[in-house]
Amino acid sequence: MNKALKIVVLAKQVPDTRNVGKDAMTAEGTVNRAALPAIFNPEDLNALELALRLKEECEGSTLHILTMGPLRAADIIRDAMYRGADGGYLLSDRKFAGSDTLATSYALSSALRQIGADVIIAGRQAIDGDTAQVGPQVAEKLGLPQVTYAEQIEQVKESTLVVRRRLERGVERVECPIPAVITVNSSAPEVRPQNARLVMKYKYAMTKSEIAAAEDSLAAKMASERDYLNIVELTAADIVCDEQQLGLSGSPTKVKKIENVVFQAKEAKRLTASDEDINGLMVELIASHTLG
Amino acid sequence: MNNIFVYIELDEGVVAEVSLELLTKGRELADKLGVKLEAVVLGHNVAGINEELAKYGADTVWVADNEIFAPFRTLPHTSALCGLIKAEQPQIVLFGATPVGRDFAPRVSSALHSGLTADCTQLEIGPHKDAKTGKEYENLLYQIRPAFGGNIIATIVNPDCRPQMATVREGVMRKEMVAAPAAAEVKAIAWQEYISEADLAVTIIDRHIEERKINIKGASVIVAGGYGMGSKDGFKLCYDLAEVLGGEVGASRAAVDAGFTEHERQIGQTGVTVRPKLYIACGISGQIQHTAGMDESSMIISINSDPEAPINKIADYAITGKVEEIIPKMIKYYKQNSK
Ligand SMILES: Cc1cc2nc3c(=O)[nH]c(=O)nc-3n(C[C@H](O)[C@H](O)[C@H](O)COP(=O)(O)OP(=O)(O)OC[C@H]3O[C@@H](n4cnc5c(N)ncnc54)[C@H](O)[C@@H]3O)c2cc1C
Repeated sequence: MNKALKIVVLAKQVPDTRNVGKDAMTAEGTVNRAALPAIFNPEDLNALELALRLKEECEGSTLHILTMGPLRAADIIRDAMYRGADGGYLLSDRKFAGSDTLATSYALSSALRQIGADVIIAGRQAIDGDTAQVGPQVAEKLGLPQVTYAEQIEQVKESTLVVRRRLERGVERVECPIPAVITVNSSAPEVRPQNARLVMKYKYAMTKSEIAAAEDSLAAKMASERDYLNIVELTAADIVCDEQQLGLSGSPTKVKKIENVVFQAKEAKRLTASDEDINGLMVELIASHTLG
Repeated sequence: MNNIFVYIELDEGVVAEVSLELLTKGRELADKLGVKLEAVVLGHNVAGINEELAKYGADTVWVADNEIFAPFRTLPHTSALCGLIKAEQPQIVLFGATPVGRDFAPRVSSALHSGLTADCTQLEIGPHKDAKTGKEYENLLYQIRPAFGGNIIATIVNPDCRPQMATVREGVMRKEMVAAPAAAEVKAIAWQEYISEADLAVTIIDRHIEERKINIKGASVIVAGGYGMGSKDGFKLCYDLAEVLGGEVGASRAAVDAGFTEHERQIGQTGVTVRPKLYIACGISGQIQHTAGMDESSMIISINSDPEAPINKIADYAITGKVEEIIPKMIKYYKQNSK
């Protein structure tokens, strides 16, 4: 039998950049982030699925979500609980604002030191930045080995995991000692759906801010009385760390400037869908040897 | 000291294209700064590699030649490079934004506590004045990349921490041999001093390498489909047109995310950069993250139902209408006229 593991999944709530509808565009042609729906970062769901399978394989294991973000990011912790996570930690503080990937990984690794974990599993990257930096940076800060682009945890051994990872062209199997950080690729199995029984059980899972905001409600009363409904809220002060390394001051990279790109309009030739226009275009492309 | 490092990636012993592209860019930056360009090779059986790297402008080639460096593993690479950076203090370090670069460059940045900007599309040297402190800096690396939020380009700097680090995708920069290559002096990395037993803890059990199947980088005609193709079924029209024209199929991220086609075909900042003779954008709006990967195509045709779609601003021909109607007509009239 495998030994019980303490598993923590790093997850992020992100604006859904995949479907930027017209109503999310401003007059200047930029995206209004606030108008985009907030979703569970897709590859973090793949990470959750690998974590759930690992938990099932190693009886007695626990699985918690750790996320850094605004208070409403508690939504993704609940979502994960509906799919089988045992609970979660929300790292939320003004002091984290303006963090680049390094400051983010500093905060996350400080929290992880307190929480303690045998296996830390994260999505490969978040769709709002696509940097894929936070997982490896957390691993380095904790002095742990890492396996990136993971697709499957194939075997759990006494003190190691056998992991299959995707390469640029092909796959590789590695054996990695635990504790370790694993980042998961979108080619990993899809996350399981929410479970109706778990939705009932965790519907009123709340952070202390949420309980405070709904003070007199029955839900808040239930949440505050039952330990398993407590989503742990952590501030900078709770995670013993050097505040200089948080947020803007802890971020070596600075945004020097932001420019709106004005395309050098090269006056496109306008065509319609008419047979005449399309025929004319094809004749032109063939004559100029662009085609054929 | 304070030179520019380019990490040289080896793919089965062959220098990756992106590394040669970065040497070309690195050469330009080094000349501007009046410093040396140094290539860093971590691999096995790499004797003679300095000759090729010299052709692309390397003044120095740092080499660690041992079987622990090939195939690639995160920890030996991280420790060897961190050790060399601490000893040599380069001001800039560049990596390819490949699975290898994206695996260990963040660890290096975390270990050295210095910033790393992913997927840059331009690199330049210039001054900077901190808005808050008023402190002025000379000769910083401008790390330029599209930012989330529409057609926006952000310039990132790393004023106080060294080295300044960036990753760049393959195909974004041009590679060019230098007119008069230097001798490219080979120097040994003292990796034995930097690597500990613990760095060897992760072992590779086996690996299977597949041949590269899709080659959109080399195609002279690309038919790219976007979210406007409507469905996986609708997207097939792109394949039909590409087949008739003898081209390859590309896609926007929205089309890939929607499952219309495979990720290898994604064009843009976080996909492939292409410069074909002809690029046909079908149902693609033209966000900066997409156009960053195709705006240097010789000719661009856009097919979009929205006459105001941003893609039309960089197109040579803008066809207003529905892809379902226009693509079959293109196929029909191409066949008619090419005989
Ligand atoms: C960090 C980051 C990295 C990114 N990297 C990339 C990248 O590498 N590559 C990339 O492509 N994107 C990338 N994106 C996403 C990018 O911002 C856009 O969201 C994406 O390119 C939009 O794809 P699209 O044009 O296919 O979809 P949409 O923006 O939804 O556009 C669909 C278009 O189709 C048109 N249309 C609809 N129906 C029809 C029809 N029947 N006939 C004709 N036209 C029709 C519409 O008018 C519209 O213009 C990235 C985003 C982020 C945040």
